[in-house]
Amino acid sequence: MADIPAAAPRRFRRTHNVYLWFGSSLLGFFIFLAIFGPMLAPYDPTEQDLFALLEGPSATHWLGTDNIGRDIFSRILAGTGYTVSIALSSVLLAGIGGVALGSVAGYFGGKVDRVLSGIIDLLLTVPNIVLAIAIASVAGSSAMGLTIAITASFIPPLARLVRSKVIELKEEDFVAASVTIGMSHWRILLHHVLPNALTVIIIELSLNAGQAVLIGSALGFLGLGVQPPAPEWGTMLGASREFLTVAPHLIMAPGIAISLLVLAFNTFGDGLRDFFDPNLEK
Amino acid sequence: MSALLEVEGLTRHFAVTNSAGNSIGTVHAVTDVSFKIGAGETLGLIGESGCGKSTVSKMVVRLVEPTRGAVVLEGEDINKVSFSRMKMLRKRVQMVFQDPFGSLDPRQAAEDIIAEPLLVHGMRSKSERRARVVELMERVGLRADQMRNTPAAFSGGQRQRIAIARALALNPALIVADEPVSALDVSIQAQVVNLMVDIQKELGLSYLFVSHDLGVIRHISDRVAVMYLGRIVEIGRTSDLFANPGHPYTRTLMDALPKPNPARRLSKKRVPRGEIPSPLNPPTGCAFHPRCPLATDVCRQQLPALRPLAGGTQGACHHAA
Repeated sequence: MADIPAAAPRRFRRTHNVYLWFGSSLLGFFIFLAIFGPMLAPYDPTEQDLFALLEGPSATHWLGTDNIGRDIFSRILAGTGYTVSIALSSVLLAGIGGVALGSVAGYFGGKVDRVLSGIIDLLLTVPNIVLAIAIASVAGSSAMGLTIAITASFIPPLARLVRSKVIELKEEDFVAASVTIGMSHWRILLHHVLPNALTVIIIELSLNAGQAVLIGSALGFLGLGVQPPAPEWGTMLGASREFLTVAPHLIMAPGIAISLLVLAFNTFGDGLRDFFDPNLEK
Repeated sequence: MSALLEVEGLTRHFAVTNSAGNSIGTVHAVTDVSFKIGAGETLGLIGESGCGKSTVSKMVVRLVEPTRGAVVLEGEDINKVSFSRMKMLRKRVQMVFQDPFGSLDPRQAAEDIIAEPLLVHGMRSKSERRARVVELMERVGLRADQMRNTPAAFSGGQRQRIAIARALALNPALIVADEPVSALDVSIQAQVVNLMVDIQKELGLSYLFVSHDLGVIRHISDRVAVMYLGRIVEIGRTSDLFANPGHPYTRTLMDALPKPNPARRLSKKRVPRGEIPSPLNPPTGCAFHPRCPLATDVCRQQLPALRPLAGGTQGACHHAA
């Protein structure tokens, strides 16, 4: 009875979820570019044209050229893959690590929880960009190092979120009911607790992805990311800093690309949150 | 009568700690509770909220470990058996929870909820499980064609029927029902209680039926135990207890029952004075003495033991006849 009036706005919100549509379209576009970008690029992203240095946008070079005459449009297209794959793989790895740590700490409690929570709290006191810089300087300046650094900075907050959700869920009667039918605790955790925490985890990870793009670019900007001549957006931003006064268009292209990708991940995350939990008011 | 379940001196105290982890007291949730349940028998456990009846039921299914005392199921102390033996014993005693909205995993279909005990205990064949689920759903009055629906598609009463079906799946000898109908609409309560009565007649199982509702307890129980502040204050056959309540606390409970005769409405009603004392700091002697009309010095000093009373029940009171 009460379901009928509640169902209508729910369906409305689900199909008229602007965030989700916009976020997933923009994200889809970026993923398309990540895969096919290098093929669509009009020039080789590392090819230098020493007769066309620091040119503004034109018909031959849509977004202009950089200080050694490389086509910026081609570099942006070719660089999409770095940023998107670093963001997605670090979020995936952080998801595995954070869920494993948080769910074990939250579900089993006691000493296990005290040890794991202590480590998590310790890592949380380090700002994630500092942690990422520290790890990047140890793991080396590469896409791999960048991924490890971002992953490591995401695990502690995610583990804490998962832990608190698991603590909440394990008090539910359906967990007690599973104990009374003779189910093992690992099975309860995997079959009943984690599936019910999945929504929270997915939403958090999709929002983390936007953050991953920013941290990755920042590390690239600082010279700790993917090394030149690879066309990584953050690295491009860092390289164009010197020419800011003579060729401001150099910084615009990677800057806008980064902003749009962050926007894509964040709106997608917001959209997912509205989709899964239509009752949640913003 | 050979007892299916024997509970002996069951005690559960919870340590209360402050934020620094230092003990600042002990909650005496359950103290020295003993009772027996025979095969095919229903023991009703009644008391106000916070009196420890839920903790007793959780200890019987080993969701909570007792501080002292034993829960002996078919001759085995469930807190002393091995891990694998415990899994076997769990087949013998199942639980139905109070809140049918919380006790069913919202992401599972009814079929998977009811089949889960079968799966856990090694029924590998999906078709066998489904056949059993169909049988159980029909037994509890649900349409088997709804088996793929999640709990959200069912009403409160229907959900409790799913929970009962899950509890029946393993053919238990005892079902512990912790306030199984108190979360339901009054019109649905009777249906679910009658379903449980019918199932008992058919399958010969026993119930430990926890409730704060005297009417429900009277309807379903063969014997009734009355709890107050963690202890059993009176226990006896339902007919004796309702006809001749001996303990002053039981009598005040009976007085709280609405009488069908309006002329008697203004007759002397014994309402206990004050509130239930905190189980963190229970009164000395008889826990009921601060509220009891019969209390004397001996009640403040000495804890009364259960003893036979004139009405046929056993009561823990110094003064009751």
